[in-house]
Amino acid sequence: MQIVCSREGATLRVALTGEIDQHFAAEARAKLDPLLGDGRIRRLIFDLSGVAFMDSSGVGMILGRYRKLTSFGGSMDITGAKAGVDRVLRMSGVYGLCTKGGGI
Amino acid sequence: MNNELTVGFPSLSRNESLARGVAAQFVSLMDPTVEELSDVRTAVSEAVTNAIVHGYGGAGGTVTMKLVSEGDLFTVTVSDEGRGIGDIERAMKPFYTTDPQSERSGLGFSVMEAFMDSVSVVSAPGEGTSVTMKKLLRRE
Ligand SMILES: Nc1ncnc2c1ncn2[C@@H]1O[C@H](COP(=O)(O)OP(=O)(O)OP(=O)(O)O)[C@@H](O)[C@H]1O
Ligand SMILES: [Mg+2]
Repeated sequence: MQIVCSREGATLRVALTGEIDQHFAAEARAKLDPLLGDGRIRRLIFDLSGVAFMDSSGVGMILGRYRKLTSFGGSMDITGAKAGVDRVLRMSGVYGLCTKGGGI
Repeated sequence: MNNELTVGFPSLSRNESLARGVAAQFVSLMDPTVEELSDVRTAVSEAVTNAIVHGYGGAGGTVTMKLVSEGDLFTVTVSDEGRGIGDIERAMKPFYTTDPQSERSGLGFSVMEAFMDSVSVVSAPGEGTSVTMKKLLRRE
């Protein structure tokens, strides 16, 4: 499991690699929240192209970061979800919160 | 080919990946499609995570996973001896969670139902929970 963050101005791109379950979600929270906490990030992009597996705990982690971000007025997008991951994301309705709804 | 495997492990979050890995290995012997394999991994992960987080919470205990194959029928039962569920029907409703503070979204049972053919739950407060899921493989 790996989390690579790259920041360009007010945009934070988060590339996740590996399997996102409850165990991984806890690590991702701990890594991302300090970056989202100061209100300077306005746009968050999750790149899930390296994610081989995700369950509802991963969805909870993404939704939680979205709430944190939007409390400062930011926006989110999710890119690259593979079939199995995409199916779980669709069930959750999280794409409806993304600016480019439907996943890109 | 009929086969059976029962494993027990402590309720540690790192065992979620271990459990779904074991289930995937077991199902691999049944010659599943890539999608079926992914469905089983996800459903097992949901049930095992629930046993760890909701069943035992911080307390800790043993989670048991029983895997059975009979021809093309795969059955997995995930059990805990934890807190148990009072109202099972309500617990299984989409987006129902008793733990929103931990960023849970109440999707677990919906995912199990979507990815497996059937999900049945036996539980009572203080008496643990047992979730049995079935999937017929290569059902065109
Ligand atoms: N093994 C269990 N022991 C006790 N309670 C359980 C167990 N499994 C599920 N529950 C109860 O059922 C509810 C719904 O479970 P479900 O998996 O659908 O959602 P969740 O776990 O709350 O959220 P998510 O799965 O999206 O992270 C839980 O909030 C919990 O109250
Ligand atoms: Mg759950």
